[in-house]
Amino acid sequence: MDLALAFFQTSPAAATPAGAGLSAYFLVSGVLFTIGVLGFLVRKNLIVLFMSVEIMLNAVNLALLAVSRFVARTEDGHVLVFLVMALAAAETAVGLSIIIAVFRIKRGVSADDLTVMNG
Amino acid sequence: MSWEWILFATLAAVAIASAALAISLKNSLACAMSLGVSFVAMSGLFALLHAPFVAVIQILVYAGAILVLVVFVIMLLNLPAGDPRLERVTKLRAVLAAAVVVPLAPIAIFAIPAAAGAAGRDAAGSATPLPDGFGGVGAVAKSLFTTWVYPFEIVSLLLLVAMVAAVVLAKRKI
Repeated sequence: MDLALAFFQTSPAAATPAGAGLSAYFLVSGVLFTIGVLGFLVRKNLIVLFMSVEIMLNAVNLALLAVSRFVARTEDGHVLVFLVMALAAAETAVGLSIIIAVFRIKRGVSADDLTVMNG
Repeated sequence: MSWEWILFATLAAVAIASAALAISLKNSLACAMSLGVSFVAMSGLFALLHAPFVAVIQILVYAGAILVLVVFVIMLLNLPAGDPRLERVTKLRAVLAAAVVVPLAPIAIFAIPAAAGAAGRDAAGSATPLPDGFGGVGAVAKSLFTTWVYPFEIVSLLLLVAMVAAVVLAKRKI
């Protein structure tokens, strides 16, 4: 625990009133993004692949907000996150209808069913 | 240890653990539910970052709209339990995943924060106070409708296109 604290609080000044700093948020964001990539590569269920993409988008949103709070100190990051969320909503609508269309043709939602482009 | 730090650690642990569950559980409905827990914890992290507006939108859009849509599709498809085609992690796939994730993880977790000089900014970031009303509806709206008004309009067009595409794709006969 001491080691973890030393990693997050590099200077004694940061320890006084503050919560977690930029590096702590970047750490969480990086771990979440890696989880998303891992899920996208390992799983075969199209719905779970889709959820992995959502996890990655969320991780990037967290990094954007952290930079907006600690470095830029403007609301530009908040607006970008807002636009990314609108993008994610559009992606959900199209992605899920593609999944429904795949299910209708193949009677399954495995990534292995989609081999048309396999040459 | 300040209360803010304890709150951050709890929310981060919940977000990471439930995201890990969401990609590892077998039942896709259980995956969706733990994804919802992850979204709510992320919303708490957003609120800790002085982004109350985005935190509320996160709950509305992700935990509300997107998750409900995913659960709806899972229910609609009514997949049989234990479909052998669905989860069979082959050796090739595991090696491929390891080949991507093993170099990526240190880059995402350590190299990017180091390149951004994150550790050096920890003290400065929390020492100077933020402007009044930072991250509130007024401040975000002002930025959205002045600097970011063209991207905003383009996104509205994108949503229209996505809506039409969803209707066309999900129709029975094209």
